[in-house]
Amino acid sequence: MSSTKDPKTKNAVSRRGFLGGMGIGTGAVGAGLLEREAIASPAAATVAGPGAAPITLNINGKPVSLTAEPSVTLLDALRNHLDYTGAKKVCDRGTCGACTVMMAGKSVYACSVLAIDAQGKPIETIEGLPVDNPISTAFVNHDAQQCGYCTPGMVMATKGFLAEHPNPTLEDVKNGMGGNLCRCGTYMGIRQAVLEAAKNMKGAKNG
Amino acid sequence: MANTPDYSWPPMADRKIIGKSFKRLDGQAKASGRAKYTSDLKMKDMLYAAYVLCPHGHARVTSIDTSAAEKVKGVQAVHVIAPAGTEVQWHGKEIAAVAATTEEIAREAIRMVKVDYEVMPHFVNEQDLGKAGSRGKAAGEKVTGDPEKAFQEAEAVSDGVYGIPVITHSCLEPHGCVIQWQGDQVMAWPSTQFVTGWANTLAPNLKVPAANIKVKMDYIGGGFGSKFSPGAWAEVGAILSQKAGGRPVKIYLDRVAEQTIAGNRPSAFGKIKIAGKKDGTITAWQSDTWASGGFAGGGQPPLPYVYNNIPNTRLNHTSISVNAGPSQAWRAPNNQQASFLTCSAIEDFAAKAGCDPMDVFNKNAGYTPRAEQYQYQLAKAAELSEWKKLWKPRDQRTGTMRRGLGIGVNAWAGNGHGCTARLTINSDGSVVLEMGTQDLGTGTRTIMTQVAAETLGLQMGQVKLVIGDNSLPPGGSSGGSTTVGGVSAATRKAGVNALGKLYEAAAPALGVQPEELEAVDGQIRVKSNHAKNMTWVAACKKIGPAGKISETGVNETRNPMGLFSGGAAGVQVADVSVDIETGLVKINRFVAVQDCGLVINPKLAESQVIGAIIMGISTALYEERIMDNATGRMMNPDLEFYKLAGIKDIGDIVVHMDIREVNDKRGVIGLGEPPAIGICAAVGNAVANAIGKRVPYMPMTPMHVLNALEGRNA
Amino acid sequence: MQSFEYANPATVQEAVGLLSAKWGEADVLAGGTDLISLMKDHLHTPKRVVNIKNIKELEGIQKTAAGIRIGALVTMDELAKNADVKASAKSLSDAAAAIPSPQIRHMGTVGGDLCQRPRCWYYRQGFGLLAMKDGKSLVPDGANQYHAIFGSGPAYFVSASSLGPALIALGAKIKLVSAKGPREVAAASFFVSPANETSREIALHPDEILTEILIPPATVKSATYEVRQKEALDWPLATASVTLTMRGNTVASAKVVLGHVAAKPWDSAEAAKAITGKAITADTAEAAGKAAVASASPLSQNAYKVTLARVAVKRALLEAAKQKA
Repeated sequence: MSSTKDPKTKNAVSRRGFLGGMGIGTGAVGAGLLEREAIASPAAATVAGPGAAPITLNINGKPVSLTAEPSVTLLDALRNHLDYTGAKKVCDRGTCGACTVMMAGKSVYACSVLAIDAQGKPIETIEGLPVDNPISTAFVNHDAQQCGYCTPGMVMATKGFLAEHPNPTLEDVKNGMGGNLCRCGTYMGIRQAVLEAAKNMKGAKNG
Repeated sequence: MANTPDYSWPPMADRKIIGKSFKRLDGQAKASGRAKYTSDLKMKDMLYAAYVLCPHGHARVTSIDTSAAEKVKGVQAVHVIAPAGTEVQWHGKEIAAVAATTEEIAREAIRMVKVDYEVMPHFVNEQDLGKAGSRGKAAGEKVTGDPEKAFQEAEAVSDGVYGIPVITHSCLEPHGCVIQWQGDQVMAWPSTQFVTGWANTLAPNLKVPAANIKVKMDYIGGGFGSKFSPGAWAEVGAILSQKAGGRPVKIYLDRVAEQTIAGNRPSAFGKIKIAGKKDGTITAWQSDTWASGGFAGGGQPPLPYVYNNIPNTRLNHTSISVNAGPSQAWRAPNNQQASFLTCSAIEDFAAKAGCDPMDVFNKNAGYTPRAEQYQYQLAKAAELSEWKKLWKPRDQRTGTMRRGLGIGVNAWAGNGHGCTARLTINSDGSVVLEMGTQDLGTGTRTIMTQVAAETLGLQMGQVKLVIGDNSLPPGGSSGGSTTVGGVSAATRKAGVNALGKLYEAAAPALGVQPEELEAVDGQIRVKSNHAKNMTWVAACKKIGPAGKISETGVNETRNPMGLFSGGAAGVQVADVSVDIETGLVKINRFVAVQDCGLVINPKLAESQVIGAIIMGISTALYEERIMDNATGRMMNPDLEFYKLAGIKDIGDIVVHMDIREVNDKRGVIGLGEPPAIGICAAVGNAVANAIGKRVPYMPMTPMHVLNALEGRNA
Repeated sequence: MQSFEYANPATVQEAVGLLSAKWGEADVLAGGTDLISLMKDHLHTPKRVVNIKNIKELEGIQKTAAGIRIGALVTMDELAKNADVKASAKSLSDAAAAIPSPQIRHMGTVGGDLCQRPRCWYYRQGFGLLAMKDGKSLVPDGANQYHAIFGSGPAYFVSASSLGPALIALGAKIKLVSAKGPREVAAASFFVSPANETSREIALHPDEILTEILIPPATVKSATYEVRQKEALDWPLATASVTLTMRGNTVASAKVVLGHVAAKPWDSAEAAKAITGKAITADTAEAAGKAAVASASPLSQNAYKVTLARVAVKRALLEAAKQKA
């Protein structure tokens, strides 16, 4: 599948074919939907699903296409439908930060974004950063990881944080990294890593 | 060469690689998101599994109907784990599983499995021993000396209630594996702390020879003691794979299951009395403790902890069975609970006797197995925490924000597990070190490479390391802080053995006996005449027609040969501030003095200690499995109300690694567990010191602190 | 998640046409921080999800003579950083800034904060909004440490809204639009304590979209104080938001609203009365705090929250008093 189009404007009723094909959730989507749409659906509504729909994401500067239900999250799209596995699925409920990616220049939890809703917004995953990018390198320098499962999310949260605080104090770091959890206990290293990354990234900019 | 080769560590001053803080070798792969954990694997035709879990604390399955789930398009296999008639003893127990072509389909399909239950009475909270009734099993009373008399003659007696709840491992990477079962062959990619032994545990369940189960794992996202065995999920995954015609199945617990059934640390509660003199000398101990780690009950913490030679003791313990997910080993099983109970009671005794607890811990060090070590560490911890300046008796704190200091102690055996390293030197000079071990994030890859490079006189980059495969020479299970001792000893031996063979090959060219050679700085040279040398590569060219030297090094736990040791000790001091209006506890500073033996990589060793402390602070302030009497369920199987400390919640941490010649001589000592042990004790004591009252129950939440301050304790 | 149709309207008009007169048929998606979890847990199984993020008219913050207008799609991050809000509604600005996760601040919207469902663990585990079993709520004798200390049921969850208390204290109005047209409700009447399992905890109708908030112009001092255990992502245990109109050094009129202590933000007329006509001192603030919790009725495990609510009121008042009006 390599469609690069947004979900097409379609008559909602035609989507019911997909639903049957999918074979799940059919019990729940009963006559109610039809009736309601018959009353209320405006002709111009841009709709997709139920059932798989073509989705095009802009990941790390490249258009990437997949076909997935509108209910598929950005995280599941990245990890399962595509092969960007840097973002991890840990809580899957927007509480741990392991799935952090950048969307439209801001750090977000990919588990709490629908893939279909992420269309048209530039998405940056950790795979978009070079292996030796200054943030990851600072994490290595300060041994700011143990098992490493939270680390890609931490690195992307750092990227988001530094975008807003290019010249942070230690206190800023403590306040600005509160959306990510680590279980191994690497926060002391992370504090220093974020400060070093800030320094090195500014250096890179000046150079 | 009939004599045992000299495997001993080079003297501290001569080490070039060991003792240096190399960055962890897999650091960049992990920090750039390139490292592939088994939960990241995606392979052709792979199916995704999902579980139906029991929603009740105690129930019998009366009927189960999977037909609707089977009909869902994309579902490839359905497996009933708990057929009709099965009695289920806890919320979250696995009932059935499905495998489907996508994770979304699997998750939706489990909702189509219709299960009827006969709900049965549950018992889920063990805090009140009086309510346990028949669910409690008393161990026999243990008495030493004459506690009766000692309590009668005591000048001061403390009497307190203390409790530390069940907490969950909360591994960020959930438990599970990718597994493929075709015919009599099984291929598995688990998340495990025991790559070598994993297949052997699974084999009898599948009735497949262990020899036919291949296991591979590069990275693991946290285990902390809960990921030794394949767990039920590997077997279920294998069955689903077989039912689906041998397609690989990815079976990982979701967060609810992970928090509910994948592992927890047993609770421990106790009523403890200590008797002693006004000068702080302890003379007697009496404890009535109880604990639960799930339906199987709970173990007895070793009491009194560290101060285990108190002369007059009376101990009773009750193991309580609750309807809740089973416990797993947790960083220093039972020791954390024991340290909490013991140090809390000692702090209360010090307050009762009108003494500075630092003096009481110090004065009674004779009851510990290593008095000098603890006294040295107490003094160091007092110095680093500015104890003399900052500590005040309980009743001398005023104001809304009250500062307090508290002590916790630790002890752990460690040692080195049995394992085998194979070191191969090729005739082109390249070196491969292999073992079926695993790097939990502790730095195993890095330290093995350091030991090999040091032994061979090479640089880090000249040693290639291969781990994480059960076809390699056997590794041990990464538990009990035994990995670093084991792998470093085995690597050292393999290196020395291989080097002996290389010396034999190279000696004739240098016109000396092999015993006269040494490997230093990329050279093989004559010990007595360094000018007589050849480069490493030139020496390797002398390797005979086989083209390689391949030697193993076997570590035996019972024969450390001076390479590793057990018996780590540590002292920790928490410095906290408590807002007495809100009960909020903030860590100002946490000081740890840790005995660490011979340290291969100081940075990684320090990371272990800091990590243990942060995890401990998290448990001391926030963590608690909350069971609901009304429904029998775990109410916080998540990372929202099962709270883990964040980056701002941990205060400042000061670690003193006790690297001294005297400790170095004992060899390598693992650091996973020891520094994790005393933290709840130290934090609880600091809070008691700050507010002038014992908060009996961990964690130190506003609820528990205000309940204590406002006299609401049961 | 159950399969749904995803609709992407560009106007409010179009959006409301996609909603239903019945709860459960359609859900509005903005930041997604709550709805997506609700759908994963099958607590919401909408047949249609109406994404409103492409509706330009729901964006932005404007200061006019009528006050400050805040669009429903304004994120917590935008709200926290907005200079006008900081200057004239500090309690609101601080409430948004206090959310300790940057990701949630980036994603979460003002409308979403007001419309989010309770975090009550009985609700989240499928026992229903009121957690009723055999005609009786499970909460009073269950695990209720995070539950309500005000109101006497049948709802024992706590309103999760971070902004609600401040908006009520500031006298804000909330604009709701359906196909029939717009209506305005006072923030104070937007939140309701549901009487039965099928009602909602907000006054929004299923065929309506929350489009904007209007904060009336006024010269007031305001503050929000939160007691939150963790400084990383965590829910407050109790909050208090106060708005004060001063006459010299004394309080001419006051609003005191508590959060996370009842099924709706708890407007404490008692606390407001206690502080009105007085200068704010440690003693008068303490007295107002006591007045605020005089009618509290804690459950078996959450008496500590009464203390937290009292302290939050006291500290919010002292905080507000420090501000220049």
